[in-house]
Amino acid sequence: MNEQIHSGIQKLSAAIGQKSAFSLRLQKYGVLIAFILICVGISIMSPNFLTVTNLLIVVRQITINAMLAFGVTFVIISGGIDLSMGSVVAVAGVVAASFAHPGSYPLIVPLFAGLAVGVLIGAFNGFVITKGNVPPFIVTLGTMTIGRGLALIFSGGRPISNLSDSFGYIGGGELFGIPFPIVILGIIFVLCLVLLKKTVLGRYIYAVGGNEEAARASGINVKKIKIIVYTLCGGLSALGGIILASRISTGQPNVGVAFELDAIAAVVIGGTSLSGGIGTMTGTLIGALLIGVIGNGLDLMNVSSYYQQVVMGSIIIGAVLLDSIRRRNLSS
Amino acid sequence: MNLEQQCILQVRNLSKSFGGVQALDNVQFEAKEGEVHGLMGENGAGKSTLMNILVGLIKPDTGKIIFQGETLQHSDVRGTIDRGISMVHQEIMPIPELTVAQNIYLGQEMVKIPGWVDENRIIEHAEQQLRELEVDIDVTRQMKHLGVAEMQMVEIAKALSNEAKIIIMDEPTSSLSNKEVDNLFRVINTQKKKGVTIIYISHRMEEIFRICDTVTVLRDGHYIDTKPAKELDEDTLIEMMVGRELEAVFPDKNRNIGDVVFSVKRLGSKEKFRDISFELRRGEVLGFAGLMGAGRTDIVQSIMGLKPLNAGQIYLNGNEVNVSSPRDAIRLGISYVTEDRKGSGIVQDLSVRENLTLSSLRQFSSKMFVNKTEEHRSAGRMIDDLRIKTPNMQQKVKFLSGGNQQKVVIGKSLLASPEVLILDEPTRGIDVGAKFEIYQLIDQLAREGKAILLISSELPELLGLSHRILVLSRGRVTAELKAGEATQELIMKHAIQN
Repeated sequence: MNEQIHSGIQKLSAAIGQKSAFSLRLQKYGVLIAFILICVGISIMSPNFLTVTNLLIVVRQITINAMLAFGVTFVIISGGIDLSMGSVVAVAGVVAASFAHPGSYPLIVPLFAGLAVGVLIGAFNGFVITKGNVPPFIVTLGTMTIGRGLALIFSGGRPISNLSDSFGYIGGGELFGIPFPIVILGIIFVLCLVLLKKTVLGRYIYAVGGNEEAARASGINVKKIKIIVYTLCGGLSALGGIILASRISTGQPNVGVAFELDAIAAVVIGGTSLSGGIGTMTGTLIGALLIGVIGNGLDLMNVSSYYQQVVMGSIIIGAVLLDSIRRRNLSS
Repeated sequence: MNLEQQCILQVRNLSKSFGGVQALDNVQFEAKEGEVHGLMGENGAGKSTLMNILVGLIKPDTGKIIFQGETLQHSDVRGTIDRGISMVHQEIMPIPELTVAQNIYLGQEMVKIPGWVDENRIIEHAEQQLRELEVDIDVTRQMKHLGVAEMQMVEIAKALSNEAKIIIMDEPTSSLSNKEVDNLFRVINTQKKKGVTIIYISHRMEEIFRICDTVTVLRDGHYIDTKPAKELDEDTLIEMMVGRELEAVFPDKNRNIGDVVFSVKRLGSKEKFRDISFELRRGEVLGFAGLMGAGRTDIVQSIMGLKPLNAGQIYLNGNEVNVSSPRDAIRLGISYVTEDRKGSGIVQDLSVRENLTLSSLRQFSSKMFVNKTEEHRSAGRMIDDLRIKTPNMQQKVKFLSGGNQQKVVIGKSLLASPEVLILDEPTRGIDVGAKFEIYQLIDQLAREGKAILLISSELPELLGLSHRILVLSRGRVTAELKAGEATQELIMKHAIQN
């Protein structure tokens, strides 16, 4: 019996991970192919899926998750984790909203204030993790709670509404017919992509996550790199928070709960290894899109949101399981 | 040797302790410009610690490092590299996901504009570095796809890449072939002519005498002496390292061999090995000889239930047994001491006591709770019996020297009271003195009636300890030799046979 299962697994993994040139490419673009197949499947089952309007809706829906996912991609590649993102979304949104009442300050002030809060929380994470030598899971679990508390303190527990039109443009406006959040998403994606692939900083992020001791022996300031990735992640989470506050025209202290988990899911589905050193921005983008498309498809097919959660969870496990089988097969 | 050569590096009164173990005690060291300076000593003598302090990876407790007349700041890796000290590390340290070129220039990337990596120039320079070493590796390959020897050459290229004035090489040849060693030595000589100082750590005596001008010896964290290589011979050098003369390395193995305890018939595993049969008697040491990849480790790991078996039977005391996991094997009385001490032998962060009792904890526990008194007594007995050098049994295993870690792994197996003990490369990477003690131990265990299966790549060791030797090649037994008839030549002949 055991042997049968074993040989079954071996056959399966052999089928998935043969070392031929074709399947190597398949591995590299595995998520992309899965994504395309799912899109094709949904559009066959639901004719409303493949319309410009619907696709724009999907992309707009994933904007915030993608923003967080980009940020945490840096962190995860460097070998860390950030659980405080959802709380940063809330606190940045609340802070930005409180400076965005009509006729109070120019638009730059709420933007700057919101981003600054995220950057500060991120930098705080980085400092405690590196200087205090505390595991990132613990530190960011702490700042997750702290951030939520700060959002409630700052707003007095009530939503901050009555926001200016210019602030509302960030999450609700359009540029050449494209929703403005999508424009921001595009710009941020390209910046993150370039940073990770083309710059010395990006190289060091991979190095720190791939082998921290080797990075140190090569003269890399490992602590500095770590502080930078958490700061980046905080900043991008805050940007997500500002877009969300703008779109719902309120600074809500209770938004963003469990957002960090969706973001981490997108990163993992996109092929980034939670143990660090491996991963791409494009993978993360596709991971976020995949989550959005499946949610949208299930909506269009009138699947209840209860079932949707079961499907989503299974996809996360399935994606990593396939990856693990592939890896085992490659190493043997 | 030119006496006018300038002193480029001085280390004074350097001390360092790790959790109670004094790794370096008031050590001094001097290197001259343009010399190849050998650093010798047993494992645990403090060579690697000294060098890691030099490059700033470890912070010393006290002491001073003067490089070109300037006192270096402690634990400043960047500053050390920038001043021109680089190191080839013993435990090779690549970043697996980055390419060869990216690894070579890690930390010193060429840029188009600040912050912007110039990948093309990195590739070009990396190719040139490797060409100088006469190594043919595609520099755009990911590091994780390289073999150990290739990785080692890349590490060497990395150390050469930044125009260093001192290059420290910690066991650079441990995984290189003869041809690659020759290339390395040629490069070392070129560097030397350019005035670069090489600090060379190796356990291979012939290498030391082949390329070193000067040799410094450390022992147990103390500085012993520095001498020109010409004034030394192998025996004096060993004596300086060990602090005593070594004699009668292998114990006398004449004794009565008992009944068959353990046997296997026609074992096979897909592609790895097939048709493996042998028996093992009480008090006997059976040697497994063969080249890398001959399947020796695969066979014993399959016996232990760590890898799948496709064919064959295993018998213990005449009864066929079914082993599907190491847990089964240990319960039946078969223990395995792994070849990969760091990877699967010890749990680095657990104490000596906890490591020792890991496989046998059931014996000292009633239902859920561990009987501390019993556990302490057993661990203490092993520490005494095997002469494990540790300040106390609470010491974390990672602070012990390689030889003592190996004794802990063996002790762990022994506490599970095995009848059959499988030792896979038990003396790999441990020093001469500790090797000698392990030999004595193997002999003593066999005398106590244990049946021992010994895998070793060191032929003298295999010949000195075994009563019989099975030679394997490509997963098959090619010869069975008795102690009297086996010679190194004969073993090699059968080991390369197809």
